[in-house]
Amino acid sequence: MSGVKIQGLRKSFGRLEVLRGIDLEVAEHEVVCLIGASGSGKSTLLRCVNLLEPIDAGRIEVEGEEITARGVDVNRVRRRIGIVFQAYNLFPHMSVLRNVTLAPMKALGLSRPQAEAEATELLGRFGLAERRQDYPDRLSGGQQQRVAIVRALAMRPGLMLLDEVTSALDPELVAEVLSVIRELAAGGMTMLIATHEMSFARDIAGRVCFLDDGVILEQGPPEQIFSSPQEPRTRQFLDRIIAAGRL
Amino acid sequence: MLVYVVTHSPGWPEVRTAFFNWDAYRDSFPEISRAFLLNVKIFLIAEAFILVFALLLAVLRGLPGPVFFPVRMLAIAYADFFRGVPTILVIALLGFGAPALALDGIPTSTTFWGIVSLVLIYTAYVSEVYRAGIESVHPSQEAAARSLGLTRSQALRWVVLPQAVRRVIPPLLNDFIGLQKDTALVGILGSVEAFKQAQIEVSADFNFTHYLVAATLFVAITIPLARFTDWLVARDRRRRLAGRLV
Repeated sequence: MSGVKIQGLRKSFGRLEVLRGIDLEVAEHEVVCLIGASGSGKSTLLRCVNLLEPIDAGRIEVEGEEITARGVDVNRVRRRIGIVFQAYNLFPHMSVLRNVTLAPMKALGLSRPQAEAEATELLGRFGLAERRQDYPDRLSGGQQQRVAIVRALAMRPGLMLLDEVTSALDPELVAEVLSVIRELAAGGMTMLIATHEMSFARDIAGRVCFLDDGVILEQGPPEQIFSSPQEPRTRQFLDRIIAAGRL
Repeated sequence: MLVYVVTHSPGWPEVRTAFFNWDAYRDSFPEISRAFLLNVKIFLIAEAFILVFALLLAVLRGLPGPVFFPVRMLAIAYADFFRGVPTILVIALLGFGAPALALDGIPTSTTFWGIVSLVLIYTAYVSEVYRAGIESVHPSQEAAARSLGLTRSQALRWVVLPQAVRRVIPPLLNDFIGLQKDTALVGILGSVEAFKQAQIEVSADFNFTHYLVAATLFVAITIPLARFTDWLVARDRRRRLAGRLV
């Protein structure tokens, strides 16, 4: 059974077709990285998988269930899929602990002590135990993003979607977030990761997909994509990244 | 400058005895203060309903999708209508009209209908304030809440509204103050609140100082209200910056 199976996915915003027929399969426990220029459709693809964007055509299966079928309870589906955003999107009016316990309590119906115990355990595992009573705007960007990851993990998802989670961070804070993601990968979490961190993608991904203009132009093991890309567009993109000193 | 022009105007001595008469002030102060309690009561009762109804109206107006189109239209029509009609007219129409129907079970108290009128009017205003607050919360907040599996109403209840309401506390207070002042309009129905009581006193001795008594009472209650809100806003900011739940 595959973690995610996407077939013929199309999505337009007005006249602009952002995804023009995406086929992608992510096996269970597999980590797949999406690379590509800004506007190539990486974020939209992730938002579609989490049903935050209604799709125009195609189908998406998660853990064997077609989540894009009619009449599917989107709330139930989203509980199994964690997503972390570039801008963290923590709830600023709640403490770190409340940020993490809100959904388990309201959506899963956990009691407060139970939710807090689990949240405290997770926060501790990612070095955030000390900050549990703090409000998000007291934390560094790296800490906020780690809290956002913990918040998603607290729903015990079977699949994590990471949408350029380090793009808004100062360079010295990127490492702490990436190490959290490495830990998740080591723990067997199925992940679909949109990223600009090429060396990280090379490190962590079982497979890398190059998105260009709404289609997956090329995919393969990271060694192959990064050292001998077949498509000229992939080569162009990687050359630009290298020129920018990001690989 | 203004003080000089006023106090040196030819009519100043008479104005002073008619409007700034200390004896008259002291005489009517207890009576008008007692009547003022009715203003406070009207204010408190009306405010409680307004805060709830206005929030409801704002939420109804924000419901998405074509299914709720009629609901949204009704909410908009309501807000447009009650913001367009002068408060004093609504009070006069309801206050004199509703009891005149002489229907069983319909209260005939003028104060009751005064409160109903104020609730109708201010619900329209306050819902606009709430709406501005709701729209000021970035859509990514709702997306984050929904992505965790919360339903639309849960996201609204726990994520959007708490942030929206915090942001609109200062403009809400503005409407509170307006409402507190407009309780004086209920006096036109005959409810003996501060303004009506002052009118009674004025017509007894033709000294307008009694109006001044009512005015000071209104000011005395609205200023603390303003300070209280400043304090609330400051406390919220302090808490978030201190990073600790108090």
